Amino acid sequence: MTDATAANGGPPLLEVEGLVTRYPVPRGLVGAAARRPQRWVQAVAGVSFRLRRGEMLALVGESGCGKTTTAQSVLRLVDSDAGSIRFDGADITALGSGDLRGLRRRMQIIYQDPYESLDPRFRVRRTLEEPLEVHGIGSRAERRREAEEALRLTGLDPPELFLDRYPHELSGGQRQRVAIAASLVLHPDLLIADEPVSMLDVSVRAGILEILDDLRSRGLGILMITHDLSTAARFADRIAVMYLGRIVEEGAARDVVTNPQHPYTQALLSVVPKRDPRQRQRPEILRGETPNPVDVPPGCRFHPRCPIAIPECRDVDPELRQPSDARAGHLAACIRT
Amino acid sequence: MSLLEVHDLHVWFDLARGGELHAVQGVDLGLDAGERFGLVGESGCGKTTTILALMGLLPPSASVSGRVLLDGENVLARGERSVAPHRWRDVAMVFQGAMNAFNPVKRVGEQIAEPMELHGIAEGRDARRQVGELLERVGIPAERAQRFPHEFSGGMRQRAAIAMALACKPKVLLADEPTTALDVMVQAQILELLVALADDFGLTLVLVTHDLPIVAQVCERAAVMYAGEIVESGPTDALFHSPRHPYTRLLFAATPDLYGTEEVASIPGAPPRLDRAIVGCPFRPRCDSAFGRCVDDRPALKPVAAAQAAACHLNDVPQEVPA
Repeated sequence: MTDATAANGGPPLLEVEGLVTRYPVPRGLVGAAARRPQRWVQAVAGVSFRLRRGEMLALVGESGCGKTTTAQSVLRLVDSDAGSIRFDGADITALGSGDLRGLRRRMQIIYQDPYESLDPRFRVRRTLEEPLEVHGIGSRAERRREAEEALRLTGLDPPELFLDRYPHELSGGQRQRVAIAASLVLHPDLLIADEPVSMLDVSVRAGILEILDDLRSRGLGILMITHDLSTAARFADRIAVMYLGRIVEEGAARDVVTNPQHPYTQALLSVVPKRDPRQRQRPEILRGETPNPVDVPPGCRFHPRCPIAIPECRDVDPELRQPSDARAGHLAACIRT
Repeated sequence: MSLLEVHDLHVWFDLARGGELHAVQGVDLGLDAGERFGLVGESGCGKTTTILALMGLLPPSASVSGRVLLDGENVLARGERSVAPHRWRDVAMVFQGAMNAFNPVKRVGEQIAEPMELHGIAEGRDARRQVGELLERVGIPAERAQRFPHEFSGGMRQRAAIAMALACKPKVLLADEPTTALDVMVQAQILELLVALADDFGLTLVLVTHDLPIVAQVCERAAVMYAGEIVESGPTDALFHSPRHPYTRLLFAATPDLYGTEEVASIPGAPPRLDRAIVGCPFRPRCDSAFGRCVDDRPALKPVAAAQAAACHLNDVPQEVPA
């Protein structure tokens, strides 16, 4: 971290420290009438990470691991219960709604489903210019220029070809490009991409990921949420693997993929299908279901499914630290490493 | 003779606004007993329509031509009358999103027993016993038959959907995107289960998916579909290591691999519309190697190597010796 910060000459763009976000578990009518104690799901249970400008961090994990809640907490779309979120050096954990408005210009999110994130009644022009109008930015001509520039950045060039189209006149890949363009007109510093390509055809995915790659090289910080380790390995600078509300491993993407330290990461990597039929792998398939964050096991939360757990793992809740055979900046939360 | 043969299958859909959509444009397939076969392609390529045609489950707006031979008998010959006796009994299917297709107010066990009763295979206590055995075989405790679908996780519902497809002990199992929308660890469990079932029951497994790596890992042979036709078929090893159609090569190149270091590149453009006639090679506008002949001469699927076929004019051009 230290050399990374030095190389960047300033505070990280995003600094999350000990973030905890929980949701109440619905008790139902009977539970409420019987005054059963309110139970909580700790969707995010103590997450810390940093994201620099010009960097892409992939938050990887299975459904229910807390990756989307982490993103929503960072954007202040949901309130967190503990920890801090610093954006560009300023603590935004407890910002009120008035201050959040200015902040939201600088943090944007794109979603998985470009078929749902665009208003079907709006032409592309309106989708792109509306955020500027809402924030009272620029004259009509300036807004038009911004919209055109954003379309060019997302490869929809020449822009005149797309400005007057409706979403139904665009392919899935083009819609996602418009969604990205709409997030760019406000010139954000942070872009959160929540499964940006998982709804798209394989042949157009790379194009979308290249746009994100290009935006990163222009200095945006990008937090990509994905379940797809192959995509994370290929496009992200760093990978953080989440399990039951915690980051269990974090490091440079290559390090995490080629030298995984946490047994969960190792299992996850072993089941990712490889393209080459000659590389038939021996998957290490974990039994049981994706765990439920309502009932988090004591000690290490992975120990009931862990192939190398020892009795101590039932008691010790491991912290992220650098294992002995990992490179600098590569951390894992496992007492066996 | 193969167990299941498809000859020159065409499917057209009547469009509400008039005209037709030519969804499947002359598909030929031969499936051997007990093999694991992948049908790969992107959305709209006709892969799901193809297997729905094999099941005789296309909507009334569809018209079909061609022959589907099951053990030599053309099941398309007399429409519903000739296909119905084989549906579920000989050829069964796990639908895309089947895990969400259970009737929410009926117990899972009753739903699995339905095809057995329909085909007179088992009833009452006997059916319940067989349902229990099937559930155990797919990794669900037999007593869960009494539960409702909402009490199952996504992975368990998919296992139950597979059990339902196997209720009449079919020879061929068509699985349409059976792991899409599942977490990668659950996906691995389901794929492991499908392979084990295919081995145990001597099932012919047809895996329909957009996901090349899954096919590479699970299937011995595969066919790649584009714009309603098979553009290449062969052993999965050959498709990856020596593809003979540019689409196959580019599709692999567009798929990121965990340990891959080469550029991941998208394929520019989009597939052609299927509601108008296609002139020349359907892939030509997106192809990186097209030449004059591709413009107006539609290539046919032709043998190019042992057990490998491709629909590309490049295979008629003498190849330069690779460096």
